[in-house]
Amino acid sequence: MEVRVQNVRKEFDRFPALHDVSLDIRSGELIALLGPSGSGKTTLLRLIAGLEMPTAGRIFFGDTDASEKTVQERNIGFVFQHYALFRHMTILENISFGLKVRPRATRPPAGEIRRRALELLDLVQLAGLEKRYPNQLSGGQRQRVALARALAIEPAVLLLDEPFGALDAQVRRELRKWLREIHDRTGHTTVFVTHDQEEALELSDRLCVMSQGRIEQVGTPDDVYDHPTSPFVFGFIGESSELPVTVQNNEVWLGGRPLGLPAGDSQPGKARLFFRPHDVELVQADAALTGAVNTARRVGGTRRVELTISGANQPVEVDLPFDHPATENAALTFRPRRWKLFPAA
Amino acid sequence: MATKLRARAKRRISPTSERPLVQWLLIAISLAFMGIILVLPLYAVFHEAFSKGIGAYLAALTERDAQAAIRLTLLVAAIAVPLNVVFGLAASWAIAKFEFKGKAFLITLIDLPFSVSPVISGLVYVLLFGAGSFLGPWLKSYGIEVLFALPGIVLATIFVTFPFVARELIPLMQDQGTGDEEAALSLGANGWQTFFRVTLPNIKWGLLYGVLLCNARAMGEFGAVAVVSGKIRGQTTTMPLQVEMLYNEYNATAAFALASLLALLALVTLVLKSVLEWRFGEEIAAGSH
Amino acid sequence: MSTLAATTPRRAWGLRKPNVIPGFGLTLGFTLTYFSLIILIPLIALAIRSAGLGLDGFLKAASDPRVLGSLRVSFVTALIAASINVVFGTLLAWVLVRYRFPGRRIFDAVIDLPFALPTAVAGIALTAIYAPNGTMGALFAPLGWRIAYTPAGIVIAMIFIGLPFVVRTIQPILEEVSHEVEEASATLGANRFQTITRVILPSLTPAILTGFALAFARAVGEYGSIIFIAGNIPFVSEIAPLLIFIRLQEFNYVGATVIAVIMLLISFAILLLINLIQAWSRSRYGYGN
Repeated sequence: MEVRVQNVRKEFDRFPALHDVSLDIRSGELIALLGPSGSGKTTLLRLIAGLEMPTAGRIFFGDTDASEKTVQERNIGFVFQHYALFRHMTILENISFGLKVRPRATRPPAGEIRRRALELLDLVQLAGLEKRYPNQLSGGQRQRVALARALAIEPAVLLLDEPFGALDAQVRRELRKWLREIHDRTGHTTVFVTHDQEEALELSDRLCVMSQGRIEQVGTPDDVYDHPTSPFVFGFIGESSELPVTVQNNEVWLGGRPLGLPAGDSQPGKARLFFRPHDVELVQADAALTGAVNTARRVGGTRRVELTISGANQPVEVDLPFDHPATENAALTFRPRRWKLFPAA
Repeated sequence: MATKLRARAKRRISPTSERPLVQWLLIAISLAFMGIILVLPLYAVFHEAFSKGIGAYLAALTERDAQAAIRLTLLVAAIAVPLNVVFGLAASWAIAKFEFKGKAFLITLIDLPFSVSPVISGLVYVLLFGAGSFLGPWLKSYGIEVLFALPGIVLATIFVTFPFVARELIPLMQDQGTGDEEAALSLGANGWQTFFRVTLPNIKWGLLYGVLLCNARAMGEFGAVAVVSGKIRGQTTTMPLQVEMLYNEYNATAAFALASLLALLALVTLVLKSVLEWRFGEEIAAGSH
Repeated sequence: MSTLAATTPRRAWGLRKPNVIPGFGLTLGFTLTYFSLIILIPLIALAIRSAGLGLDGFLKAASDPRVLGSLRVSFVTALIAASINVVFGTLLAWVLVRYRFPGRRIFDAVIDLPFALPTAVAGIALTAIYAPNGTMGALFAPLGWRIAYTPAGIVIAMIFIGLPFVVRTIQPILEEVSHEVEEASATLGANRFQTITRVILPSLTPAILTGFALAFARAVGEYGSIIFIAGNIPFVSEIAPLLIFIRLQEFNYVGATVIAVIMLLISFAILLLINLIQAWSRSRYGYGN
């Protein structure tokens, strides 16, 4: 089922949490809503679920306008960060709950409900634990139960709010892989919220980067990583270094010197130069960035060097081969291999 | 149009709350119930107390036996409360700062008086010190009267108010752990210095809370004291007992006048207790009663 | 760890884990002494007295029709009152935790009034209200219903003193029920009524049971607030604590002791039951109170 969010605005007590957000979610895709806390990603998810109602705008499930429907009527599966399992019910009762509360006309017979719940328990690899209580399971197991419970109602859309946020790193990595497998097998349209870029990049078909109640960029992980369309996205996804520069004569200048970087179609004037620390090359040229080494640390297979660039007040980081003999105060000359210019704010 | 309007109304309600009409209905039922069960009796006390005018009210309070009852009640509380404070401090120190066998059992035992009927709390002292007991006549031979005298009333009061301070302080001190005390000791403070300068400031609001509840019960206890007091007018009648005597003598106005003082004490206790909860909620281990 | 334990000299008592904090012997010693003097020895005196009767004597005294009658009155009325308190206490806890309305904090504070108001005061006030010429009594009188001086009056007094136990037991647990769980229920298609009856109330069951048991235990032992309103007619409205009192005034210590022992055994059984409910709730659901 495709989901279209159309010009949605959401205010909490006059405080805007989302400004005019539009997003098309394709049928069957796994899309991540990624952003720092306060970016509005959870609000957007809850609006899609019907747990919140938009101040303005509409949300379509396929061709139906879901905005007028309550959360119960939308038929979505929602997985909460803290599992939100019913503690007084066994695992089997938890999974069957959504089917058991249906009106008699649409409720499957008891035997059928049980069969489906057991099947789902099998799908989430917890067969045999149906008589346990949530309290008797580990965090990872509980989140699997929560997913099975959400899947039991055959939801039109599966929504996950920081599903791995409460788990430790090891379990989180396992569950990530496992969620991808489940998604590939069941094919539900899935939206999940995360603040962990690694998780979003690894897991999603597309990601939607959000900041301060707005969508910054939507695209495939490669697309967003390689072609960030805003300073925020460049800074938020992956590591980045930034320098204040000037564009003049179709060239990038810093401290009265050209850097040997063509400015393309950037407007002349002040600009912000972004590049990835690992995407630089050392050069022997006058038209390049030069800096004095502040600190140099060995980080795994590379040497992370912090430089004070002449002509700029702020330090930047670059990665050099680990055997590079960078010492304090040594001068380095380099150019980014790939970079991006944004107009200065 | 109508369906659209209904849909709009529906979507304004959060999925985790009830519609406003239901909410107001439930609030109304609750407040009506509270009004009838809790507030009305309180109102009735003052209403009856002043039913014959302020002159009769003051006369009832200044009457000689009433004055004696007030003095006795204050005296009993002045003995019982401090003793239970010392006990509460000792018990919570032992329980919160140390690990030892039988600790959980000891905590249960401290709560024991709460599950004993007040009349039984008085009865046990009658059995211990009354005629036919071993202790009573022996003490009497030294001129010490326990039953139908001040010591008995104090003992019965201590019994029923026994857990108040301790059960307030134990969870609080357990929560605070031993870090502060260890730090003070490592800085060279001795045990008493550590207690008075570190522990006591940490628990002062919780202690006050416990004292407040303990005092309210001590001054208001009826059943246990009724059993041991003998109700000698002007000598062994505390305020609640005097209220009963006046009431049974069909002197309702005087009974309610004296009762109004106790009701006032209850109100002051409630106000102070609420202020402590609102201002120092975390420092008095909120939620424990 | 084990080598450490082996080389550490055994402390006095030998039952606590060693730490640097002083005062263990002093505080635990005082705690146990004080507990023994105030609570334990008197209760033992009671036990010895009843043991002196022998089983036959005990059963004979216990099967006195008036004793059985008073126990029946106490238990039946306490059961009714605790049941009513569970219904309204749960509702009150719900309204106080979930809804925001003017004066909520004041109403919340007033819940504790029965803890603070002396029972004798509550007793005469309730009697004044529910007497045929009282505020509430006058409402029911035309219907031919009498409340004061009947078992209904006992139930009213027991509702008064038991209510805070139910509310204060449920409140903290209800605050813990996360919004997420209710949202989860809604996303799974449950309507609000289903969410409340199938998700929220069942998760409150242990607290409701505990509150019921506490209110029941308190009501059975209650004396002061009941005797004024009860009418105290043997076999009809004479409660067990009152009969203890009457037996004592007749110097029938044996009769008083027997009733006291029966009541104590039942209170301890209730105490045990409460502990079992909480242990069960903790082990199964991971929470208790």
